[in-house]
Order: sequence, then C-alpha cells, then structure tokens
Amino acid sequence: MSYGAWIILTGSLVGVSCGIVGCFLILRKMAMLADAISHTVLLGIVLAYLVSHSLEGIYMLVGAGIIGLLTAFLVQVLDTSGVQSDAAIGVVFTSLFAFGVILLSAFAGQVHLDVNHALMGEITFIPWDTLTINGIELGPSAVWMLGIVLILNLTLIFLFYKEIKISSFDPAMATAIGIPVVFIHYLLMSMVSITTVASFDSVGAILVVAMLIVPGATAYLLTDRLLIMLLISAFIGVASAVGGYYAALAWNVSIAGSMASIAGLIFGATFILSPKHGLMGKVLARRSISAQHS
Amino acid sequence: MWNDLILTLQDANTQWVLFGSILLGIASGVLGSFALLRKQSLIGDAMAHAALPGICIAFLLYGTKSIGWFLVGAAISGLIATYFIQTIITHSRIKEDTAIGLVLSVFFGFGIVLLTKIAQSENGNQSGLDDFIFGQAASLVGTDVKVISGVAIALLIITFLLFKELKLFTFDRQFAKGIGLPTGVLNALLMTLIVSAVVIGLQAVGVVLMAAMLITPAISARYWTDRLDRMVIIAGGIGALSGMLGTILSSLASSLPTGPVIVVAATLIFIFSLVFAPQRGLVSKGLKLYKLRKEVARETVLQSMFDLTETAATTGGEIGFSKDDLVERRPMSDRKLQANLAILQKEGLITKTSVDLWKLTSKGAIESYEITLNNRLFETYLMYEMKFANLQLVANDSWNYKEIPSRTLSELKEYMEIHDRTPKLDPELFAAGGIYSDQSDYQRREVN
Repeated sequence: MSYGAWIILTGSLVGVSCGIVGCFLILRKMAMLADAISHTVLLGIVLAYLVSHSLEGIYMLVGAGIIGLLTAFLVQVLDTSGVQSDAAIGVVFTSLFAFGVILLSAFAGQVHLDVNHALMGEITFIPWDTLTINGIELGPSAVWMLGIVLILNLTLIFLFYKEIKISSFDPAMATAIGIPVVFIHYLLMSMVSITTVASFDSVGAILVVAMLIVPGATAYLLTDRLLIMLLISAFIGVASAVGGYYAALAWNVSIAGSMASIAGLIFGATFILSPKHGLMGKVLARRSISAQHS
Repeated sequence: MWNDLILTLQDANTQWVLFGSILLGIASGVLGSFALLRKQSLIGDAMAHAALPGICIAFLLYGTKSIGWFLVGAAISGLIATYFIQTIITHSRIKEDTAIGLVLSVFFGFGIVLLTKIAQSENGNQSGLDDFIFGQAASLVGTDVKVISGVAIALLIITFLLFKELKLFTFDRQFAKGIGLPTGVLNALLMTLIVSAVVIGLQAVGVVLMAAMLITPAISARYWTDRLDRMVIIAGGIGALSGMLGTILSSLASSLPTGPVIVVAATLIFIFSLVFAPQRGLVSKGLKLYKLRKEVARETVLQSMFDLTETAATTGGEIGFSKDDLVERRPMSDRKLQANLAILQKEGLITKTSVDLWKLTSKGAIESYEITLNNRLFETYLMYEMKFANLQLVANDSWNYKEIPSRTLSELKEYMEIHDRTPKLDPELFAAGGIYSDQSDYQRREVN
C-alpha cells in the first residue's frame, strides 16, 4: 500500500472508532467528560512510560485506561460532594493534564514524546512506524492498534447494545429493570479512554475530541434512530478523515487539524440543511404552518 | 535555592512578569466567579481554545508578533465561538456540553491548520506562537506585560463599577429584566469581560489550561463563603497567589512551562479548600455528620428506654431492661449500644438496677420524656402534614415542639391523642416514685 493510503486508512479507523463511541457520549450528555478524558490520557501515557520504560501500545492502553477511569471517577466524586458538574470536570481535567505536562517537561530527556506531538498528533509519521513480527512487515503499528480497539469497541457495543441503549435514553428505567448503570457508565468511559489513546498518536489529544463529538453531533441532527445514527456517524468520521487528508495535501497543512476542520464544515452544512433538525428545515416547517393558517 | 530565588526576583523582567501574572490571576479569579455561578465554566475553556485561530489570523494579517493585535484576534474569535455555541443550543436539539465540545475542538483544529501554515510561510518567524499552547510567562516582555496589566486593571474597574448590576443579573436574570436592566447588553458585556480575561492569560498560561484560571480559584473561593462580594475577593486572591507561585517556580526551572505550574498551584489550593474549609469542607462536614450520628444514637437509646418504661408502667411490668430489650425496640449494634449506655450512665440519666438491667433515673425520665414527646409530635405532624402546612417546615432536623405556636401545638396534641401516641409516663410522678398510668386522669391533667 502506498504512503497516502496508509494515512487514509489510519484516519478512517480513527473516524469510525471515535464516531461510534461519540454517539453514546452525545446521547448521554457526556461530551465534556470525553473532552476531559482526552486531555488526561496524556498523564496516563507519561506515567505508563515512566513505569514501563517503553512506548509500546499495550502499556499506553493500560495507562490511559486507568487514568481515563480515574478522571471519570474523580469528576463523579467531586460532583457528589457538591461541586457543580461543569466545574468538577474543569478542575479535574486541567489539574491532571497540567500534572502530565509537568512530568513530560521534567523527564523530557527520557520520554520520546514531545508535548506538541501529544497535542496535535503526527499522522504523517504513522506509515514508517511499522509492526514487524519474525521479520515480516505487517504494516503500521498504529493501524493494528486502531483496528484492535475498533473490534473491541464493536464487540462491547454488540454485547451490551440493549443495555447501553436503554441506560442512555432512560437511566431511571434502566436502573429500575436491573441494568448495572454504573458498570455501563464506566464501560463507556473505558471505551473512550482506549479509543482516545489509540487515536492519540495520529490526531493528538484535542483533535480526538473533534473526532469524538462532531460526527456524532452531525448524525444526531439527521436521524432519530440509534443504529442509523451510529452508521451515519461512522461514515462522517471516515469522510472527515479522507477529506481532511486531501485538504491538508492541497494546502500543505496539518492533517489532523484539517480533519477537524472538515468535520466542522460537515457539521455546519448539516446544521443549516438538515431536513428535520436543521435551520432550513425549521424555517420551511414554520412557513408551511403559517401558509396553512393564512 | 533561596539565593537563586532572590536573584531571580531582582531581575527587572521577572518583576514585570510576576506583576503581570498576579494581576492576571486576580482578573481571572474575579470573572471566573461570575462564570462559575452562571454555570458557564466550560465556556471559558471553549473561548480559550477558540482563541488560537484568532491569534493565527492576527499574525497572518499583521505579519509579526504583536500582543495588541493578538488580543484583538483572540477576543474576536473567542466571541464568535461563544456566539456559535449559543446558536447551536438555541436552534437545534444539540445540548450545551456537546455544543461546547464541538465548537472548541473544531476551532482548535482550525487553529492548528493555521499554525502549520504559518510555520511554512516565508516570514516563518512564528516564534512565540507555540508558547500560546502551554504558556510561557518567561517569554513575556515589558510591553506585553503593560498591555496585559492594562487590560486586567480595566476589567477589574468595569467589574467594580457594575458589580451590583452583574450580581443581580447573575443570580436572577428575570428580576433584573423586570426592573429594567438591559440584560442583553449585560450578557454581552459579561461574555466580553470573560473573553478578555481568557485572552490576556493565553500567553502566560496557554490555551489548553486557561480554563483552569477561571474555574479553579472561583470554585475554591466558593467553599469559604456564601456572599458574592467575598467570593470575588477570595477568588482574586487565590488567582493571584497561584499566578505568583507558578511564575516563580517556572522561572527557577527553565524547562517548566508556566501554565501547568500555575494550574497545579491553584489545584493544591482547591484541594486544601475542599478538605479544610469551615462548614463546606470535607473535614467539617465529616465532623458534623459524626456529631449528628452520636446525638441520634444517644436519643435513640433514651427513647427506647422511655418506650419500655412506658409499656411496663401501663401494663404493670417490671421496670428494668436488658440490652436485648433495647435492641428489640430499636436495632443498634452491640458496641454502639454499650458505648451509649455508658455515656448515659455517666450523665446520670440511667442507672443499673442489677447486673445487666437498666432503668431511667428521674433526670433521665425528664429528658427522655422531652425527646419522646418531640418525636411523637413530629410523627403526628408528618401524618397530617397538609393540615399543618402553615408551619412551613423545610428540614426535619429543625423540629422542636417548643417553637410551635400554642394553638397549633394543642391541635397537634389532639391528633396525637387520637392515634394513642401521647406519652403516658409523667416524668415528675416517675421521679416521685409513682408511675402515672391512668389514661383518663392523664388527659384531665393535660387539659389543665
């Protein structure tokens, strides 16, 4: 496969994984918690490196998973102890992220991970960092990691689809019929953490948020059915990745940044044009109502 | 270490930077208090991230690094982002948190695109633009600090002059509108003030962590007071303190970016407030809970003693009760019961009749009578809550029958009598050695 094709594949895998997980975040009104986790994952990665002294995927996934859950847990703790929820998220993520950046600067000589890289990602380097087993080259390791995380996410969603769906739309009923709502919450948070860390290398901490939230929000404006929303969201994720790659190529700018920008443009167009929940749709609906009454 | 510190502090540039970051801390703490109370803390986060493309565009248009134009660019794109967030919330079914996350990440992504574009452009001396991501107070020069301090002081003066209006608007928007305040203008003004506070902090703290400067001092101050004027002052103080600590620490170790150090300093102050603040802090809450539990346990044992004595007196049974009797009346762990019995004995409220049997003393009878009467009146009140709505009780821990108007109290007592819940043991007669058990006689006494 060519250099460009690997990058498109990587970007698309990020788009699909984030797009699917992101739908649930939007339905559960936890978008900012995902934003928080995507920042704190940095601390997880730095700590994982300082403990294991390796930059291998599995350590990163474990470290990020633990810190991601810790973030969700701390926010929950502050929330129940009376801090209003937006401030709880703000305090937790900024402090953990700041701590991560300080560690990173303090051990800068040892960690082969610079802050800008962590923040913005370096998808252009992905194709060169290949996975080699027994001397056979198996393609970029990021693609493998993203693929595994995607399969893991899909399996978890498939297994717990009904539970996640009910607890997202009606948490009170879910609790009443005996669904372990807390478990589902932390399951989703783990999915967000590992998806974030897998996408981290390619698109960086803050643009992961764009890939998590924007496709889901766009899909939310287009349909009322969860399954279709998941499909549309995954598709928009891929479309932003591919569009972003070619836009970046054309203007010679950051690929990750233009993926986020394209996703934003798609959202903007949908926001105006969506037949049911868009601005135009609403104007048309209002006009037809006033036409009927006049 | 100390020599280093003194040397660093003698440096004129460091003094400027320190002065700037202290003013910055005050301004963001003060405005953060308003953002927090309006539940808009995370909008500050969005504004900070959204400032990045504004800074880049200002650089592209102006050509070199200029703090003034950067502030203008950042403020404009921050305001545009805020406007987008509000539009998305009002015109679609997307909720606030999603809208914030969406605008924040897309603006930041676009900012990164522009940043890479600038890096390749011919006047690629983009030195300083990277500092906006994590903040580097050391990179501030005299003119930067003058602009930052000027804006911070202007923000503080505006807030001081319009304090009353902003306060009213923050707590009760409807009322503010009702008495004729221009709420639309105030909203726009407050947003502009917050954006300006965010923008002047960008170079020292960075876009990613600027939100903490708005949120952390304000939420810490919230623990210490319930009054907005005090909260604003405390938040300003905490902001100033963390700004100062962060700047000094990061100027001592040159590899440390300033923003994260300031944020960690602010977070430590927050944790201190969370744990030790009077009234709201975890320690004082824990103490309060402990005291309440202790009191409830003591009252529970006393009331059980009263109930048992009452039953024994009316049926002519033996006065003297074992621990099993008490546990059967109101379940309690053995250790806790033992401890409470010991306390009550020490207070002279109960005494041992034989090895393991307890009875009320005359003093104990009076106190347990009061407790029982109070609790039974409360039970009666709960049964007829609607009839006694005039009492307007909020929390049940404030229930004290002596505070109830006498007419209502006698009404309550009538209902208590209907349900046969009137305490039938007269503590005075009990003390005199007799036991009051005659129902009709009791009623007669009570009416008198």
